Amino acid sequence: MSGRARYREFDWFLFGLVLLISILGILEIYSTTQNQPRFAGMYLRQLAWVGIGLVLMFLVSRIDYHTLLDNSLWIYIATLAGLVAVFLFGTEIFGARRWIVVGGLTFQVSELAKWSIIIVLAKYVGDVRGETLALRHLATVAILAGVPVVMIAAQPDLGTALTLVPVAATGVFLGGLRWKHALALLILGLLLLPAGWFALRDYQRQRLVTFVNPEHGPRGPGYQTMQSKIAVGSGGFWGKGLGEGSQNQLGFIPVRHAEFIFAAYAEEHGFAGVLLALSLYLMLLLRLLKVMESAADRAGALLIGGVFSLLVFHLLVNVGMVIGYMPVTGIPLPLMSYGGSATISTFLMLGLVMTVRMRRFVNL
Amino acid sequence: MNLHNESRIPAWRITVLRSFSVVLLLLLLIAFWQLQVVKSDYYSNLAERNRIRTLPLMAPRGLILDRDGRPLVDHYPSTSVILVREHMKDIEDSLPVIARGLELDPAWLAEYLEKYRDAPPYQPIVLEDEATIADIAFVEAHRTDMPELELIQMYRRRYPPDGLGAHLFGYVGEATKTEIEAANLPLGAIVGKLGLERSYDAVLRGEDGERRVIVDSRGKEVAKLDDKRPTAGHKIRLTLDSDVQFAAEQAMQGRQGAVVALDPRTGDILAFLSRPAYDPNVFAIRVRPDQWRALTQDPAKPLLNRVTQAQLAPGSVFKIIMAAAALEENLIDPNTFTVFCPGYANHYGRTFRCWQPQGHGTVNLHSALVHSCDVFFYQVGRRLGIERIARYSKQYGLGSPTGIGFPDEKGGLVPSPEWKQRTQKQPWYDGETISVAVGQGPVLVTPLQLAYAVGGIASGGNFARPRLVLDPQEPAILKQVPLRPETVALVTDALWGVVNEGGTGAAAQIEGVDVAGKTGTAQLVGYDTVRRVGRVGRHLTDNAWFVGFAPRRNPEIVVAVLLEHGEHGALAAPVAREVIRAYFEKKQRGPGAPLSEAARLSKASMDAKEAQASERRANAAAEEQR
Repeated sequence: MSGRARYREFDWFLFGLVLLISILGILEIYSTTQNQPRFAGMYLRQLAWVGIGLVLMFLVSRIDYHTLLDNSLWIYIATLAGLVAVFLFGTEIFGARRWIVVGGLTFQVSELAKWSIIIVLAKYVGDVRGETLALRHLATVAILAGVPVVMIAAQPDLGTALTLVPVAATGVFLGGLRWKHALALLILGLLLLPAGWFALRDYQRQRLVTFVNPEHGPRGPGYQTMQSKIAVGSGGFWGKGLGEGSQNQLGFIPVRHAEFIFAAYAEEHGFAGVLLALSLYLMLLLRLLKVMESAADRAGALLIGGVFSLLVFHLLVNVGMVIGYMPVTGIPLPLMSYGGSATISTFLMLGLVMTVRMRRFVNL
Repeated sequence: MNLHNESRIPAWRITVLRSFSVVLLLLLLIAFWQLQVVKSDYYSNLAERNRIRTLPLMAPRGLILDRDGRPLVDHYPSTSVILVREHMKDIEDSLPVIARGLELDPAWLAEYLEKYRDAPPYQPIVLEDEATIADIAFVEAHRTDMPELELIQMYRRRYPPDGLGAHLFGYVGEATKTEIEAANLPLGAIVGKLGLERSYDAVLRGEDGERRVIVDSRGKEVAKLDDKRPTAGHKIRLTLDSDVQFAAEQAMQGRQGAVVALDPRTGDILAFLSRPAYDPNVFAIRVRPDQWRALTQDPAKPLLNRVTQAQLAPGSVFKIIMAAAALEENLIDPNTFTVFCPGYANHYGRTFRCWQPQGHGTVNLHSALVHSCDVFFYQVGRRLGIERIARYSKQYGLGSPTGIGFPDEKGGLVPSPEWKQRTQKQPWYDGETISVAVGQGPVLVTPLQLAYAVGGIASGGNFARPRLVLDPQEPAILKQVPLRPETVALVTDALWGVVNEGGTGAAAQIEGVDVAGKTGTAQLVGYDTVRRVGRVGRHLTDNAWFVGFAPRRNPEIVVAVLLEHGEHGALAAPVAREVIRAYFEKKQRGPGAPLSEAARLSKASMDAKEAQASERRANAAAEEQR
């Protein structure tokens, strides 16, 4: 039925937005790495990743998302098995067991978990009848999402584990969360917060302490945040110009081609550039919601809801980190930060959005 | 296709997400506005400070030259280790490492840095003035993890070795709070602390420049900005003659006391020596508290500048003033006024002894001066009275600083009934006048004052204010004191006799030079006491004076020699002889022989210090490896 994809329905506007943001990212990667021999040509590699991402996006858009939904249970079980495998055979790097090596390739199973949770929740919540979700539905969602979240958090990879929470939250919100349930969840969450503190590892606590109280000496733990803020602030309204940011070029911004790319971008392009980039991101988000509105069915809309929540979460946490409103984590800025797997992952998600959009006219 | 489409997501829930997105992005934009527009200047400033590192370019201090232009005090480049706290990662972690690496006492370092607590963090702080090869290696090795450490080129003051001229030159050191405020200097500036370094600080001190470089986050220099060149300090040329100075140093043989030689025609100081001395090279930039304590608590007072600050009884040298005063007042006839000296005299119901127990027999003015007869001058003093003694003494330059332009010059003391009433609330006793007449009792002079006074009298009343810096623009400052030529002739002839007619100063005789002079022995304990006790300890032994000049008429050089606890003035005379001899030999030879070993020796001792330090470190390193 969906063998004939409707390329007329391919979302060229969304495609254009994604391309524009990617170009901003590649330009800034060029700027951040131009004087570092060890990163030479990095912008070209990112260009390649974007190219591959676009191809993959087209390919994914050809897949009927119902196929994914129908196999959601298997995908989910396979993910859980993968996470167990990480525990059993995973490679330990920097004290965390996050990777699994299959045939020479390093796999981060937790990345896969994002997909399976989006799909399994879309399937489950999408099948619920009625305007609102009952308590048992919430309980099932909690278990479906909770198991992989706990397993990933135990690796430990709190960052990725936390990404899954807004996916679940968006899912239940769109699926028909009741006000009183929402309130109860909020209270429960607040009560669990102190308990969560004790579950944290020392380095995680340290990061939070630094975030709350960054005045720990100029080169102390708050150093990265301070340098990032200096970069952003010194950019002023018009910025210092591409390749002209001193904080960027002289290496004061930490990991400036990846996690902190937005600091380098804000320094060189100023508030004007930030306004442009954030507007593009906003248009992207609003476009996703528009596609969601026109989705053929609940599950399709919920899939987009998952992608939307991931994008919002990454955007908020990354940009918030750059200006000191969020703790320093390894969460990249979608489409701008350098990184093969992150870029590919984002394009695959956008492919999912495309496939839902291209199949919005169910009756045809 | 199943029935999924039957229930769709309610539109309002999507609207909530839409509003959420808009609000979120707006909030982010507001946050960016805050940083990039509202607080942009603040962050720009921080970014500049990150990017640009300012290092001081130290201005070399001006040289101090002798009258022939030969350098006495110069400087040599040395590498200093400085600390810029702004680039410091963690003060608690770094300090112990730095202290160990630079071999500094951690407690001292902490205390030292405490001083800079309120200074801006970009202010460089000197940690090590003379970095050894090991220090430099340490800083170079920690470029990445300790960007707060920097090496800068400094100029270190080099003084002649063995404290030669130490009191004249003074020394430099880190400016105190008050000095910084007075001259608007940067914290840690090096200023003159004593001597010429202090009085001519504004001339000698240059203006430091700045080197501005762009550094990356590792502190590595990536580019240069325009430097602000330092302005070197001006040199000063002294009136001092190195050859005369060295002769004085040699003749003193390190004995405690002072020598000052000047040209009475101009006031030019030719030699200036005070012993014991300290090594100003130790002070060159910073002195450690223990070194400072050792100097201040030394009973020999090495910091005291005896030329201008030692205030002592002049002893018989004072008889020159007595003789001049008595002649000017027409109190005595040089030929007919005689006194019989049996070795003592009675005045005001007390017995005053002559230094010569056998007595001098019948003496007139000439022979009384030649043999330094006390009994004769007791009589002169009695006739003059204390008021006139005081008036003439002051006229001839005693009782007030000479105005040499040197910090903390002392004025000595010319006693008078008015002075005694004011300070001790007691009337003047006539007996005291008799003591003062031979330079004992409360009368106090500095070696410089004696040279000035005797030079002025010998020059016929032309008192040239002593000066240290040779400035062709500035003529000598002369004070004309009325003095009859006959008086001058009589006094100088008698003083010539002291040296050349078998008087007390015979040891100052020089073949072919018309040397005149007067010995003085200032009692610390009365003659009677000495006779009673038999002998006294060295610290109570008399001070020996000799003031000599040459030639007899229109003298070109006056030398005042003080030997503390030197027992008798006759022992001070040879020192004056050597100084005068050096002056006249130099005059024959003409100026300009290249300067002695001073600079070279000084450098050699520095090299030795460096060698010692590196050996010490090598040993320590070997120890550690074991």
